[in-house]
Amino acid sequence: MQMRNGPVLLMVSLVCCLVSTSAIAKVIHKERSLYQTILVNQEHKLLCLKFSVRREQRNQTCIDRRDPKRMVFAYTRMMLATLLFNENPKRILIVGLGGGTLPLALNQMYPDSTIDVVEIDPAVVSVARSHFNFSPTDKVTTHTLDARVFTKRLKLSLTDESRYNLILLDAFNGEYIPEHLLTQEYFQETAALLAPGGIVAANTFAISKLYHHESVTFESVFGPLLNFTSPETGNRVMIAAPGRRLDPMSEQVRQQAQRLAPQLQPYDVDIQSFPEQLSTNRDWDTEAKILTDSYNPANLLRRQKR
Amino acid sequence: MAGLVYLLAFCGGFVIMSLELLGGRLLAPYFGSDIYVWGSIITVFMLSLSFGYLIGGRLTLRPTSIFRLGLIFSTAAVLLYPLMLISEPTMNWIFEHILDPRYGSLTACVLLFLIPTVILGMISPYCVRLLVDSRANAGAVAGRLYFVSTLGSALGTLVTSFYLVLWFEMNQILLALAAVLLLLGVTALALGRNGTSIDSIELTPTANAEFT
Repeated sequence: MQMRNGPVLLMVSLVCCLVSTSAIAKVIHKERSLYQTILVNQEHKLLCLKFSVRREQRNQTCIDRRDPKRMVFAYTRMMLATLLFNENPKRILIVGLGGGTLPLALNQMYPDSTIDVVEIDPAVVSVARSHFNFSPTDKVTTHTLDARVFTKRLKLSLTDESRYNLILLDAFNGEYIPEHLLTQEYFQETAALLAPGGIVAANTFAISKLYHHESVTFESVFGPLLNFTSPETGNRVMIAAPGRRLDPMSEQVRQQAQRLAPQLQPYDVDIQSFPEQLSTNRDWDTEAKILTDSYNPANLLRRQKR
Repeated sequence: MAGLVYLLAFCGGFVIMSLELLGGRLLAPYFGSDIYVWGSIITVFMLSLSFGYLIGGRLTLRPTSIFRLGLIFSTAAVLLYPLMLISEPTMNWIFEHILDPRYGSLTACVLLFLIPTVILGMISPYCVRLLVDSRANAGAVAGRLYFVSTLGSALGTLVTSFYLVLWFEMNQILLALAAVLLLLGVTALALGRNGTSIDSIELTPTANAEFT
């Protein structure tokens, strides 16, 4: 018995092995750009964009091939909490393209709004176009350059009409932080691009010493912030509006959530559950050193425990 | 006294690389931290050092002394200090006038780093001259000096990027670099003036003729 079953078991386990590895990830596209290694993987029904070959590297963006609107990642959904405080953002700036999930969704929701996307890596732009249904239109423009240079350049020729009602900062890919995009000076330059009543959100990190520093830095420029963390995924989104105190529990926000709910349902964003998750509790060390162009070891701080 | 010369060469090497790394930090808010920004920085530092070597070498054809080496260090310190004051207005001006960040960063590097780095480049050949006392040991002395100064550069790179940026603000680090140069410069000046000198360093007219 033993002898006869041996080869069969071996065969079965081999087949299982093959099936499971192919089910885990199939690399569809791989390219080394000037800035990173870009991988497009197929994992079950998900098509994912990764920015590193390291196995433990988290996905940057995924789309569900059977349900392309569904937002697979928590942080993308969390960024849309900004819509609770901004009924109709006419001009939107998104820093960091990734797979283009956010500009795509916002363009579908607000087809009349102008969306500017800043992405440093031309290879990311082309992969977003070829694999993730992202396509620039007359309303959606991609600017392929460093976000700091874009911001400074724009600030020189700024008019009231060219300011943004909504700015989403999503330039950190988990592996490496461009440190010049996480300083008080950069936030000040970004604040100058905000229209009156405009709102800003930054997708950052919840689980390192950097948490304290980024909080005080963000707050020092944009004022009191709403802290949106997802304990399960380690994601964090900071939301603020200069000159406005955002009250997530207000009647106005509740009504806005109600209005947005059907619109956001295809994206799997449960917007009505968001207000109570937006915390005004400053649970960080308020004495932490503010990150500036002169002091900013963000990548080193990220490796230190909170 | 030879020990002091090696110490000066070591610190010169340390300051050069520390400054180069901080250069990347200084430029990032205006030009990003793209590969061409580093290209600009490295180009300007290499270019400055090459001219520094040339000029430093030429200087040794005149009478050499620890005192004069002290002058080189003090000059470098004095020229490094304004970097903290002029960098922002300089880069603002460049940003407004040069649209291409490649040439913007190159221009910024030239204006901010060229002169202090040329002076820092003068240190090595000058130290070689102070230490060499015969043709027979010239190669050995030059080798040891490059070893010491490049070791300083390696340490300057490591310490700056691993620790200094975590502990201090950029301006504090720059100030410390200038202060170290000044301290060493003043020490060399004081010792040089007291007449303490390496036996070989006063060039005789015949030795001078040999070089020219």
